[in-house]
Amino acid sequence: MKDRAIIDVEQLSKTYQISDKDPGFKGTLKHFLSRKTFGVEAVKNVSFKIQPGEIVGFLGANGAGKTTILKMLCGLIYPSSGSIYVDGFNPAKRQNDFLKNITLVMGQKQQLIWDLPPMDSLQVNAAIYGLSESEATNRIKELSIMLELGEELYRPVRKLSLGQRMKTELLASLLHKPSVLFLDEPTLGLDVNAQARVRSFLSEYNRKTGATILLTSHYMADITALCSRVLCIHKGELFYDGGLNSLTNKLTPYRELRIELKDQFNPKEFENYGIIKTNTDRFIEIRILRTELPKVISRILERFEVIDIEIKDPPIEELIGKLFNQRRI
Amino acid sequence: MERYLKALYLFLTTAIGIEMEYQLNFIVEVIAMIGTLSGSIFILSLFFTQGQQLGNWSWEQALIIQGIYTLLDGITNTVLRPNLREIVNYVREGTLDFVLLKPIDSQFWVSLRTFSPSGLPEIGLGATLVIYACNQLGVVLNINQLVRIIIILASSSITLYSIWFLVAATSIWFVKTWNATEVLRAILSSGRYPVSAYSLTLRFIFTFILPITFLTTVPAEIIIGDSGYNMIYIGILIAVFFFSLSRMFWIHALKYYTSASS
Repeated sequence: MKDRAIIDVEQLSKTYQISDKDPGFKGTLKHFLSRKTFGVEAVKNVSFKIQPGEIVGFLGANGAGKTTILKMLCGLIYPSSGSIYVDGFNPAKRQNDFLKNITLVMGQKQQLIWDLPPMDSLQVNAAIYGLSESEATNRIKELSIMLELGEELYRPVRKLSLGQRMKTELLASLLHKPSVLFLDEPTLGLDVNAQARVRSFLSEYNRKTGATILLTSHYMADITALCSRVLCIHKGELFYDGGLNSLTNKLTPYRELRIELKDQFNPKEFENYGIIKTNTDRFIEIRILRTELPKVISRILERFEVIDIEIKDPPIEELIGKLFNQRRI
Repeated sequence: MERYLKALYLFLTTAIGIEMEYQLNFIVEVIAMIGTLSGSIFILSLFFTQGQQLGNWSWEQALIIQGIYTLLDGITNTVLRPNLREIVNYVREGTLDFVLLKPIDSQFWVSLRTFSPSGLPEIGLGATLVIYACNQLGVVLNINQLVRIIIILASSSITLYSIWFLVAATSIWFVKTWNATEVLRAILSSGRYPVSAYSLTLRFIFTFILPITFLTTVPAEIIIGDSGYNMIYIGILIAVFFFSLSRMFWIHALKYYTSASS
């Protein structure tokens, strides 16, 4: 089993040296003159294995250590201790054969040349990865069909919308046919449609090429649409590694309803439906069991004059934190 | 190797593409080019009017140093400055990630990713000046001599690049070090004049600590014929030393790269 895993991480830890700065000028002076650095454990003893072709989601709040793990898997950051093997390589060595086989997409950073059309950046990438012209052309054609990109490739990057830009970034990152994809918040800031398109592209790519995908996101929807297996990280520790289904029931047995009513109301009347989170004037937010959702909504619509109703998942940070605490105690 | 040449060609063409993307900017760039050039010519003209000896150098001999300095300054403005200035941004914004993930040497990428054409006329001016001064001095530029000149100037450029790169690479720890490189630039400008024109202490520093002597004075001596082959070898050795140092330092520095958070 061990030699079949494409990603093999054992007892991985990373400690960062950081220094805080007090606010104000006095703090600045102190920060400049006597900087006290201290170690922060960003990742603690994380172990997992991923088989080829899997799509695995990394779940965790901001600052949980997802990105740090991802960067150690790519070889960008040296681990403080522990071992990593990706595709048989030690990432920290960053050998060319390893780099040609992986890619990292970051929702917050872009590699395309801002002032030029994506095509120019793609040519540079093709040359660096040693693709011949015909190989590159075919690959660009193939990917642009999957990503629904056309004339955008010939327009300066700065003129593209965020969604278009993300799609061209994906194209640039996948030009060299990597078999391991690391995606760090690939749908960050995109609207719902663009998010859905990126997702369907990724699952299609995985199906067609058998590539292994490891992605972080704090949109639950990304994870549910793509991953059958998830890793949950909280404060640098891995505390859940398993199927998505059992996790969803644990994580999101509740939904939150935000209701706008036509008239003022008595909050007491809502107490039967679920737990009231906030209520102000004509707005109310209640938390209800997922299984009771349709029943409760139809009852509310019968009884009150509703202007607007919004159903959402409770914030993932909150849920993961809660689950983490339950496990611990 | 072929991959690197192809990449270099695309680096060059995309850099020109970026310059030409904005028409107005391109015009401004041309004006800047003229400005840089006329600045260099102005300083040279001051030098011309003096017509006196510098150290134990005749005026024409010192002119060769000026020519070499102008040439190196041109290379600085064309390649070194635009690229090495970016290292700070790569580190600060965390885009060094993308560079490090490419199957290409990262030092190659950060050192040659872009070009600024505005320094090119300076390179031409420097070369013209050297040739003019050689004519005045009656130095015959045969093939043999030319090869030596090219070798020693290449060594000077590599030494200059390596020192600059060393300073720029410290941004991996200190993030903003652009000021330090500006100080370095100011010190390097002392290469305008023959080393013997400076005091003994400075001469010592310029020879043994910051090898400014080897950037301009020694190449000029070789052109004039005051120095033998030994100096060429020493020049090459210094270039190799500083280049290796910059490489080792870069590889070492990358171990400390923490990448900006996202």
